[in-house]
Amino acid sequence: MKKQHLVIFSGIFLVLLFVLGGTIYKNQQTKKLGFLARDHAEIFIRKHSPTLGSDEAKVYLIEFMDPACETCSAFAPFVKKLMADNPGKIKLVLRYAPFHDGADYFVRILEAAKKQGKYWETLEVMYQSQPYWASHHNPQPALIWRFLPAAGLDLEKLKNDMNDPAIGQIIAQDLADAKTLNVTKTPGFFVNGKPLVTFGDRELQQLLEAELEAQYPR
Amino acid sequence: MTRSDTPSDAHWTILFLCWLLAGSSTLGSLFFSEIMQFAPCILCWYQRIFLFPLVFIFTTGLFSGDKSVVWYALPLVAAGWLVALYHNLLYSGIIPENIQPCSRGVSCTEDYISLFGFLTIPMLSLLSFSAILALLLILNRRFSR
Repeated sequence: MKKQHLVIFSGIFLVLLFVLGGTIYKNQQTKKLGFLARDHAEIFIRKHSPTLGSDEAKVYLIEFMDPACETCSAFAPFVKKLMADNPGKIKLVLRYAPFHDGADYFVRILEAAKKQGKYWETLEVMYQSQPYWASHHNPQPALIWRFLPAAGLDLEKLKNDMNDPAIGQIIAQDLADAKTLNVTKTPGFFVNGKPLVTFGDRELQQLLEAELEAQYPR
Repeated sequence: MTRSDTPSDAHWTILFLCWLLAGSSTLGSLFFSEIMQFAPCILCWYQRIFLFPLVFIFTTGLFSGDKSVVWYALPLVAAGWLVALYHNLLYSGIIPENIQPCSRGVSCTEDYISLFGFLTIPMLSLLSFSAILALLLILNRRFSR
């Protein structure tokens, strides 16, 4: 064998080993998470977690999100569409993973809005106004207050409720669960405990459809 | 004895070993960060900066047969080895880490894995850089003979 061929074959061999190792590792992780989902469902859904969709739904879409994360905002309409396409079958569970600096502030606003029954309206307003207050080179959290009235909130009450120490505990719990589930980026999706291994909208749709198929056989 | 610019078979094999070490270390490092999702700390990044180009430098050396590949690779390997050494001293607590405010980044002393009780990620890096450094020094001596 020529020397140059030895280099090329070894290179290909190493890369194949890498890919194979990656596949094995990901399969193992999926199995482990499947076990967690069956025996420790509370890691995925805590009592405090906001949910959207029918209680009869058999497919739980768990999203670890950050109100200041652009990709979470960009994904929101897509998630909404997936739910609308499968009415009553999907339940969305939001978990907090406020990895951006200062993102806790927006989680506090959301949790305070929940007390006024305006959670999802506030989230919608937040996502839509996000480019104004969450720019990476110049974040201006205070600008959010201009947009919040659009959600129909009592701002005075909101400012009081935001300081509730219970919100800090919610964030700490969600971050701890994110760590257990190895969520390091947002949005982090799980469908009935199965992680979205390769990130992407088509991949999420496939994962959801596979689970819908399994739970609602035609 | 005639001096030629193309290395002998033994020299080529040593360089090939360097290439294998650099290649598998690069892929191993990528495996930790991309597959296992361990965020690399700042010192890991410096070691990666010195490690990743070695794969390309050694590949070029293997194909061109140019002996000066040793001189192009040595500075990178030496710098990577020093960072790896510092990282290990920090990791094992021989050099104390300055107290730092909490940040979103990753602490350089957080331990992720330890195989057989002593093989941590910084230790793997140090072993790999040391092996490449030793092989290059051997190669250099053989070339200058």
